[in-house]
Amino acid sequence: MATATAPLATQLEELSSDEILRYSRHLILPEVALEGQQRLKASRVLLIGAGGLGSPLALYLAAAGVGTIGLVDFDVVDVTNLQRQIVHGSKDVGRPKLESARDRLKDLNPHVHVEGFETRLTSENALEIVRDFDIVIDGTDNFATRYLTNDACVILGKPNVYGSIYRFEGQSSVFATEEGPCYRCLYPEPPPPGLVPSCAEGGVLGVLPGLVGTIQATEGIKLLLGVGEPLIGRLLLIDALTMQFRAMRLRKNPNCPACGTREIRELIDYDQFCGIGGDPLQDPNGIPELTPTELAAKQQRQDDFDLIDVREPHEWAIAKIPGARLVPLSAFTDSLHQFDSARDIVVHCKMGGRSAKAVRQLQAAGFKKVWNLAGGILRWSDEVDPKVPKY
Amino acid sequence: MAVTLFLPTVLAKLADGRAIESTGDTVGAVVADVATRYPNLAPRLRDEAGQPYPFVTFYLNDEDIRFNGGFDAKVSDGDELTVVPAIAGG
Repeated sequence: MATATAPLATQLEELSSDEILRYSRHLILPEVALEGQQRLKASRVLLIGAGGLGSPLALYLAAAGVGTIGLVDFDVVDVTNLQRQIVHGSKDVGRPKLESARDRLKDLNPHVHVEGFETRLTSENALEIVRDFDIVIDGTDNFATRYLTNDACVILGKPNVYGSIYRFEGQSSVFATEEGPCYRCLYPEPPPPGLVPSCAEGGVLGVLPGLVGTIQATEGIKLLLGVGEPLIGRLLLIDALTMQFRAMRLRKNPNCPACGTREIRELIDYDQFCGIGGDPLQDPNGIPELTPTELAAKQQRQDDFDLIDVREPHEWAIAKIPGARLVPLSAFTDSLHQFDSARDIVVHCKMGGRSAKAVRQLQAAGFKKVWNLAGGILRWSDEVDPKVPKY
Repeated sequence: MAVTLFLPTVLAKLADGRAIESTGDTVGAVVADVATRYPNLAPRLRDEAGQPYPFVTFYLNDEDIRFNGGFDAKVSDGDELTVVPAIAGG
């Protein structure tokens, strides 16, 4: 187990009387005390993402008195975010997340300075943004940005407090410290696009980012203060269903191109690294598509065709397109014999990703007249029938 | 050797549950046994050549098998093998 490291926040900043009162429960903790609180005030923490993980992170870091919180996010608040992204409120729907988070953090602690970066973190801007911070906390929602964050942190020697979530499970660790492993030591390469569904497709328990984000906030504050045993060289696995926490040993890979051999000296094209662009949905020669309006016209003409919904039964219970038949993707291979290759087949899911896979399977099995419904049932609701609820 | 393989919830539905009893002398043999018994789970555990993926980490008890011979790592009676696929949600 890693022992306490030297405090990362090396500067001290004077506290006002107001601040001394506000932080009194910290000041009477010997492990924090006046000096620790002054370190926190002088420290600069960068949060990548102001979403599920970013919400509890930003709130607790601001409440704890971290002097400068950098936020990188280019999204706007959507009503489906509010089930877990607790830094935003109902009144903020439609506002940029940065503005919404800044207002909430300022209300929580006016002594904190919030630096917003309303941009996607890219290979062009990452080093410039990360350079000015003491630590980085990875609360992003995709593989490409996770590898980008990791490599930028390794190149600049900034600790990367990692957390990720899916459904009921989460992971956390501290990467890219001088002695410890990095994200690429844990996962040298990402899964191909589409293999691991996003939270938008697969769902996530709303409280889970709260659990994992507060673990990241705790690790960040420990690093800044130089107290306790950080999660360096350990991968914490969090299972909310069984409420079991397990710490696995994580070793630095001597052949790691980032932190081992240091072959990666500059940032690469992370979309390409993650296979994005090879996505069948974006491949013009790939999958025949039908728009919701075209499907509606097909139904109105009473064309002879099968409409297959490849979502799961619990999604079918929320919303369905009239005339569709449910054949979940999880059981699709076993159901191929049910389909009639002489008939037109239109396949749909929630957003078009899973149905693209089903179309590929049908094509591979020799079906010629197969179409994917572009944008899935969500776009159907937007463009054809708003009575079909979106989720 | 009798070994228990633990799956995350997301993969458990492709098998009979989260904990699968299996046998084999190496991690690879255990994974091959489980893959044969649960064909839908198989492609999530290893590639078509039967090799591990770079985005699925296997822990033998608390140790990453990559530092212990990968799928050739020897297992002992009562060992626990835990599958930890990469996730990216945030």
